[in-house]
Amino acid sequence: MVEWTDSERAIINSIFSNLDYEEIGRKSLCRCLIVYPWTQRYFGGFGNLYNAETILCNPLIAAHGTKILHGLDRALKNMDDIKNTYAELSLLHSDKLHVDPDNFRLLADCLTVVIAAKMGAAFTVDTQVAWQKFLSVVVSALGRQYH
Amino acid sequence: MSLSAKQKATVKDFFSKMSTRSDDIGAEALSRLVAVYPQTKSYFAHWKEATPGSAPVRKHGITIMGGVYDAVGKIDDLKGGLLSLSELHAFMLRVDPVNFKVGNHLRYLSVCGKPFVFHIVLMVPLVLRPPQLLAHCMLVCMSMIFPEEFTPQVHVAVDKFLAQLALALCEKYR
Repeated sequence: MVEWTDSERAIINSIFSNLDYEEIGRKSLCRCLIVYPWTQRYFGGFGNLYNAETILCNPLIAAHGTKILHGLDRALKNMDDIKNTYAELSLLHSDKLHVDPDNFRLLADCLTVVIAAKMGAAFTVDTQVAWQKFLSVVVSALGRQYH
Repeated sequence: MSLSAKQKATVKDFFSKMSTRSDDIGAEALSRLVAVYPQTKSYFAHWKEATPGSAPVRKHGITIMGGVYDAVGKIDDLKGGLLSLSELHAFMLRVDPVNFKVGNHLRYLSVCGKPFVFHIVLMVPLVLRPPQLLAHCMLVCMSMIFPEEFTPQVHVAVDKFLAQLALALCEKYR
């Protein structure tokens, strides 16, 4: 089981309570598709992904980015059992969506970059440590049920 | 994954904009590397302390950033331009063990907390991971300090550049 200090819990909760899900969700997913273009393979039905400009204007991608970010709420509410919280979602990504779990880390890195841009100096070293620890637990849980 | 002419120009342009804050970014990035990925402290065991924000870490971060800027000037031939630095890392600093053994690979990955089975096929030499982690920390700092300028297009160009830089640094590893 993952151990969280009070400080880490406070940091993670604070980030989520100030989060603009639409803005950050959209920006993170767009950034992932642009920086790691092979991730576009999972979005064949999402319309025009021809170049960075069209990706950034794509409303389906924007909506999906928001959805992904809200998916993190589950981990936030169950920080002491993230592994089981995402068991079903992990199976979905494995069996139905066929996503290479290495890509979860790439999206997590993009999310970190976007949050860093939003928070600026407030994204302190301790904040980054806690945030990346949280995301790495989520990423690990999402890859766990692959078989 | 080589850089297009446009991406090279993007990298040069962004680094030029960044130059007034490059020391801060270098110092911060190395601090964050040892904080977020504590396993990287193993490369700095010879320092009195390798804690985030400490003097040796900040100083070395600035040195590294200087090297990165130097590499921007050599962007058209990173392998050739970084040959001596690669030798320095490989033989004198021993940034990473020369051997790539499956056992080491697994142990390292368990430290990173990743499921083992997916990385059997990764086959990325151990040596590339620490520079990738440092690159990520650099990107985070760039994003924090230049949120408007560090667009996705700039991000991909800079990320590719740092990846190529890391590869060039590994040239003399074996």
